[in-house]
Amino acid sequence: MKCEDVSKELIAYLDRRASSAERTMVEGHLAKCAACRSRAEDFRKLWNVLDEVPVHEPSFGFDARLRQRIAAEPRPRWFTWLVPQPRLALSMALLVALSIWMARLPKDQPASFATAPSEEEQFQMIDHLGVLENLDVLTKSDVLSELPPPTQPEQAPAQDEAAPKGDGG
Amino acid sequence: MTRSDVQLMLDVKAGDDASFDLLLQKYRTPLVNFLYRMVRDTATAEDLAQEVFLRVYRARKQYSPSAKFTTWLFRIATNLALNSVRDNRYRQMQVSLDLPADEDVAPIQIPAREMRIDEHMVERDRAQMIRRAVAALPEKQRVAVLLHKYEEMDYGEIAKILDCSESALKSLLFRAYETLRVQLAPLVAQPVVHRAGEGRPT
Repeated sequence: MKCEDVSKELIAYLDRRASSAERTMVEGHLAKCAACRSRAEDFRKLWNVLDEVPVHEPSFGFDARLRQRIAAEPRPRWFTWLVPQPRLALSMALLVALSIWMARLPKDQPASFATAPSEEEQFQMIDHLGVLENLDVLTKSDVLSELPPPTQPEQAPAQDEAAPKGDGG
Repeated sequence: MTRSDVQLMLDVKAGDDASFDLLLQKYRTPLVNFLYRMVRDTATAEDLAQEVFLRVYRARKQYSPSAKFTTWLFRIATNLALNSVRDNRYRQMQVSLDLPADEDVAPIQIPAREMRIDEHMVERDRAQMIRRAVAALPEKQRVAVLLHKYEEMDYGEIAKILDCSESALKSLLFRAYETLRVQLAPLVAQPVVHRAGEGRPT
């Protein structure tokens, strides 16, 4: 086994977290390799050296500052358990708003009639009120029954061609 | 009977703020130390530690014990620390282009050998050297060493925090300790002699 192969398991061997198979493998190599043996010994010393760094204690007011920040956090609302996802909440709100808007539209008229006429339009309607009132009379009048029947669209070109001849003779 | 971290966090989720205080008491010092070793500034380390606890508190309602509590806690801390280090480095680059672009790979100025083996070197100077050597490691190596050496986390947990395989983590740790072994060779060769009654556990 090469030194590079054992290097990956060396740390786990030294901190006693290597498996028995890994331990046997590393020990076999260390018995033969002085360089790796020296490195392993240095690692042990290094870990003692790293322990020399003193523990850094948090400042006295650490907890108080944190509690202050937590107290400033917005409290959860009572209905939040109903809405687990913000996107779902937004979708539901939009759906409700759309339903209310559609429910308020008049059912028998298109949306363009839903708006109230302006003041000027109302005056014009009053001016033509007589005509509007007589509209029923006009539609029932005999004059309308005397009008020629509406021409068929297919026959229209032939009639157009015949008309000028008759006028000219 | 003492409750596990996961149980404490589940109690916090259920609305028990006293359990949050217990988690705060338990992890306040390790977290501040970890962050201080990452960012090397007391005020920044404490601000970041507060942010970590605040994020844990905010996420309490969504908490589910899918991993160890410490894995979650130190993963948040690691992300915040790395962002802070990168932001600070960017600010330093803006202030002066003469500064080294990558603080992590900047060479350490080790004192001359006569100074290093001086028996009168105070512990404070040694601690300062150690902090600088650890801080000079590349980011991932630094996190790996801090979690392995000081937090004594197992490989699986550190690998999850660093989002790498255990095999990659072992290689990372070996390279990191090898760098520290070289950088701190004078301290390794000359262990500190503690006065009577001040011995450190090894």
